[in-house]
Amino acid sequence: MQVAPSETSALNNYVPELRQQLFHYVLQLADTSLILGHRLSEWCGHGPVLEQDLAMANIALDLLGETRSLYQYAAELEGKGGTEDDLAFLRIATEYRNPLLVEQPNGDFAATVARQFLFDNFHYHFLRELHASTDERLAAIAEKAVKEAAYHLKWTSEWLIRLGDGTEESRQRLDQALASLWRYSGELTTPTATEKALQAAGIIPDYAGLLPKMEAHLNHVFQEATVPVPQGVFMMTGGKEGRHSEHLGYILAELQYMQRTYPGMKW
Amino acid sequence: METVEINLEEQFQARIDADISIEPKDWMPDAYRKTLIRQISQHAHSELVGMLPEGNWITRAPSLKRKSILLSKVQDEAGHGLYLYSAAETLGTTRDQMLADLHSGKAKYSSIFNYPTLSWADMGTVGWLVDGAAILNQVPLCRTSYGPYARAMVRVCKEESFHQRQGFEIMQTLCEGTPVQKEMAQEALNRWWWPTLMMFGPKDADSPNTAQSMNWRIKRFTNDELRQKFVDMMVPQAEFLGLTVPDPALKWNETKQGYDFGDVNWEEFWNVVKGNGMCNKDRLGARVKAHEEGAWVREAALAHAKKRAERAEAA
Amino acid sequence: MTQSEWPLWEVFIRSKQGLDHKHVGSLHAADATMAIQNARDVYTRRLEGISIWVVESKHVHASNPDDAEAFFDPANDKVYRHPTFYDVPASIKHM
Repeated sequence: MQVAPSETSALNNYVPELRQQLFHYVLQLADTSLILGHRLSEWCGHGPVLEQDLAMANIALDLLGETRSLYQYAAELEGKGGTEDDLAFLRIATEYRNPLLVEQPNGDFAATVARQFLFDNFHYHFLRELHASTDERLAAIAEKAVKEAAYHLKWTSEWLIRLGDGTEESRQRLDQALASLWRYSGELTTPTATEKALQAAGIIPDYAGLLPKMEAHLNHVFQEATVPVPQGVFMMTGGKEGRHSEHLGYILAELQYMQRTYPGMKW
Repeated sequence: METVEINLEEQFQARIDADISIEPKDWMPDAYRKTLIRQISQHAHSELVGMLPEGNWITRAPSLKRKSILLSKVQDEAGHGLYLYSAAETLGTTRDQMLADLHSGKAKYSSIFNYPTLSWADMGTVGWLVDGAAILNQVPLCRTSYGPYARAMVRVCKEESFHQRQGFEIMQTLCEGTPVQKEMAQEALNRWWWPTLMMFGPKDADSPNTAQSMNWRIKRFTNDELRQKFVDMMVPQAEFLGLTVPDPALKWNETKQGYDFGDVNWEEFWNVVKGNGMCNKDRLGARVKAHEEGAWVREAALAHAKKRAERAEAA
Repeated sequence: MTQSEWPLWEVFIRSKQGLDHKHVGSLHAADATMAIQNARDVYTRRLEGISIWVVESKHVHASNPDDAEAFFDPANDKVYRHPTFYDVPASIKHM
């Protein structure tokens, strides 16, 4: 879902340093939904059953809509006359600020569900709070996106439970997926310097406040799924500051192919 | 007994002639049922396999807007496949059975999807030409004799209407763009024009089942009629775009108020139908892989549903 | 093979407040929760609805077409059930 730019943009209310931080942060949000939407869209035509093919494409489309609103806002914050596409397609890998979780490969359906659940559980609870942001644009984007995220979380929670408490094979696959993806979940709520500054300014919510709600939902779902919550796993970070896994490069190779091959053209 | 059968068949045909639709529980001749299952499932398979050539470009779409449009279009095709499988299921077959027939090669799908999509302009051409051809076939089927099929087609056509437009818009943007883009558009048209004409099927003379299907109103125009309609519709659109239709024999015929055009390469057509197109193996392979790799997911969901039901019963 | 196929469900959608739920088609799902979510994902992508009902297809019982004459033709000659059967003087209002 997209949000149109508001006429009463409060862009000039920010001191340059905060504005720069906000720009980087909005890019982080945009990159996150772009890369995750990209991953989900790779499923299109290859899902385990037609109905779920449609469901995953719906989630990808929601994320893409959110992506566009965010890049449009980021372009305004940058103030260099760039477009959403310039920001989405014409940066190098180390300039992307998505957390590592969302660039991880689709793997099997269990890995996709696990990745999506870990993200949705953060995304939904985060958007609910972002709705109260002092930044009008972010608040408006969150207001639209939170409804979508609520459905995404419902969908992934149901599937996580089904796979965990399904057959022996589905359980084994889910265990494997969680074993490899859990270590990327901590980055979502580990604030970077940029995020700390924006939290201090009241523009984005403090993650400490989200954690109890996230944990409560996760514990409930894992219990239903009869899956133990992983403990004592080392948490990987770095994506939000541009330190990525090798997977991102290949995503960008596809994503940027047209814009890089045919620079400056309209499509 | 025999006379009763004949009466039923006459009554059935009389209903069709009076444009009264046939519903799932109504009596129908076996051949009608069989032909419909074959036709509807073939159509459903085409939607399903048709997701692949366009799906091939979702991750490479050149702008966020185009990416959203393309993804929603390919997703629509999944929906259309689903509507059609459901319509066929009312005739007493199952989706599993239909998929098994697709995967074994027993059931066919539209040959057009065995051609590769090689450039971004192919997304324009597939939308503009291929969907344009499909719509000509589909719109009359909204009034087909079998109720569930007709209702599925109404839904399909309603959703499909943006597909052709987005394809045309891609082409128009390319043709109004740089010389490189224009060339990309022309090159795509060159590759897709003839295969699109093949979509309407063999010449009427080589299509022995047409008469029966028209009597049953599960086909409303002949292959050649639709092909002619398509050429007459598309040539002016190509001219508007400034593109050249790759057919030296193409010429306006004042007497018939339509275009004369060259003959399709039927040898190529039959080759692709027989499985020797560029992508036959890849397309079917991708579908079989998705289905097989999805088996444990479908089983898990069923197993979980059963556990839940048992728990609810015990409680 | 058919053992692993999810059951078939019939989907009914209320397109807007105040209208009946109307049959729109069917789909496959493992259970009712999934059937409702699938219906949302398949049949309401263009704002087609605000409420969904799903019924497992095997629970739908239908009248037999062979009974159609016995069931429905008798209503055909009860013209007096329709308001147009009655002549109301033109001068009478609000009837």
